[in-house]
Amino acid sequence: MDITGGLLQGFAVALTPANLFWCFVGVFLGTVVGVMPGLGPPATIAMLLPLTFQMNPTSAIIMLAGIYYGAKYGGSTTSILLNVPGESASVVTCLDGFAMARRGRAGAALGIAAIASFIAGTVGVVGLMLIAPPLARFALSFSSPEYFALMVLGLAMVVLLAGRSLVKAVLAMLVGLWIAGMGIDLFTSTSRFTFGHSELLDGIDFVVVAIGVFAIGEVLGNMETREGTQMLPVPKGLRNLLPSLEELRACRFAFLNGSVIGFLIGVLPGTGSTIASFMSYGLEKAVSRHPEKFGTGVPEGVAAPEGANNSETGGALVPMLTLGIPGSATTAILLAALILWGFKPGPLMIQENPALFWGLVASMYIGNVLLLVLNIPLIPLFAQILKSPVYVLYSLIFGISIVGVYSVSGSLFDVWMLAGFGLLGYAMRKLDYPAAPLILGLVLGDSMERALRQSLMMSQGDLAILVSRPISAVILGLAAIVLLVPLAKKVGEVRP
Amino acid sequence: MKGDLASGAVLAALGVYIVVQARRWEYLGPDGPGPGFFPVWYGVVMIALALVLMATSAARRATAPTPRATAKLREIGRALAAWGALAVCVGLLKVLGFLLAFALLAFFMTAVMYRRPILPALAVAVGSALGFYLLFPLALGVALPTGLLGF
Repeated sequence: MDITGGLLQGFAVALTPANLFWCFVGVFLGTVVGVMPGLGPPATIAMLLPLTFQMNPTSAIIMLAGIYYGAKYGGSTTSILLNVPGESASVVTCLDGFAMARRGRAGAALGIAAIASFIAGTVGVVGLMLIAPPLARFALSFSSPEYFALMVLGLAMVVLLAGRSLVKAVLAMLVGLWIAGMGIDLFTSTSRFTFGHSELLDGIDFVVVAIGVFAIGEVLGNMETREGTQMLPVPKGLRNLLPSLEELRACRFAFLNGSVIGFLIGVLPGTGSTIASFMSYGLEKAVSRHPEKFGTGVPEGVAAPEGANNSETGGALVPMLTLGIPGSATTAILLAALILWGFKPGPLMIQENPALFWGLVASMYIGNVLLLVLNIPLIPLFAQILKSPVYVLYSLIFGISIVGVYSVSGSLFDVWMLAGFGLLGYAMRKLDYPAAPLILGLVLGDSMERALRQSLMMSQGDLAILVSRPISAVILGLAAIVLLVPLAKKVGEVRP
Repeated sequence: MKGDLASGAVLAALGVYIVVQARRWEYLGPDGPGPGFFPVWYGVVMIALALVLMATSAARRATAPTPRATAKLREIGRALAAWGALAVCVGLLKVLGFLLAFALLAFFMTAVMYRRPILPALAVAVGSALGFYLLFPLALGVALPTGLLGF
């Protein structure tokens, strides 16, 4: 199917009343989640995932993707008004966004963030539409060794960029691999790591771990203190939320820079929107005629990172949909969702499920328009969410988490495990262990082990098969470079 | 960082457990790798990295001892109290059912953790439990855990 035909089919799917409704629900929830500091898209998507099992999968992925990219729009609001990033991807927006707000230009900063998000988000979807189908066709030639190599590369890039300590990131990933290995081994029917519990024979449901580590862990972390934060006044009226022509002109290059950098970074597994926003901000500053003003409230300092973190979502969906390799915690949960609904994300995904892929692409165009319409006039309304009492919100998150887990299996054992993984998620936060590698290890562990064992069956136990095939050798070489470069840097730092 | 030594020890012990367990399963069979192949490798890597973490933490402690932080203990205490309330709620699901157990949790969170007056706390507890009942079993047809009272 060509792109035009696919897109027409996609709009036919996305414009049905039901899918339009779920797209709206997704982007609305995403904006709300983005506005609230301390509740991210992975936690929200994980909590809502069990409730989507009764939905049509296309509608469900349209809604969940809406939460994913909608949160990027909302994330800028708290950065600008509170100097507290709603999302990690909006950290760099605080620098110039909050400075603009303190100079009385909060409305313009919020407007620039929304416009940059719209432009770059749309560019990201165009990129997804153009790159995913040919990449999937190329990946059709992949066999088990190439898949194993891809998963190694994906994990290598994530552990490299996931936190301050490479060792802790790898350890978190290994714990994810261990959890993924629990239950009956599909090749030999051996039960592994079940501790004598029959409930563990089917393994631990992904939903239990994801909701526990992200939703419960985040709430426990946020509950350490009772104090709130002081918000700057939100400008009222559409006119006060629109940037001036001069400010828009200053952002011309930033819109383009954010769109391109964000998408390219997104396509690389493991990089993520935080890196994209920092890189885009750095480039904008490097090419600026007044770099010394960055950090004092320049509009391009808001436009570049906000554009990049939105364009990144389109890029991040490319490896997830075409190779089955998630690049972040959120795409890992989306990948798990597709698997739970019975799909096989990988090279055949687009070919076998054109309505789902093109429907998702078309819904993202529509979602970006909805977000622009929602965000500019309704920013004052969304900002009111920040005044809602946290004790109600946190109680609701606990409740939704319990209901979500119970609805999947009807098992109270799973609800106990949810509480256990919540404590693990909190401990990881306190001890500075990143959660994303654990989730990626969990999602990829099973397929990674299967690909490795199938590869070694093909070669009768000869590990050389992994490096004797050109594509897998190149991918493993890249993974080795990714892991060795920071190690070499550290050695260089230690030497006088 | 404080805690690296302890978490490293826990992870090293987990790595040893994984390797010991995996050694009981077939490593390489006539059809290729067995169920013990993959766990042995990640278990070994886990032990090695956990030891690296412990060694670097011990070395850092020897050069710069970390100061005591009582404020942080108070923060951790609050988080653990919230987790304890959640655990009690989960324990009560079988006896009281979701709606009552959750209402108690919401009341505790509001009245004790956030020190709101009793009446608003009761309103939050009853209102949120009612909201769950209206949304999940009634509107969405999602079953909630039921207790001895049948709801």
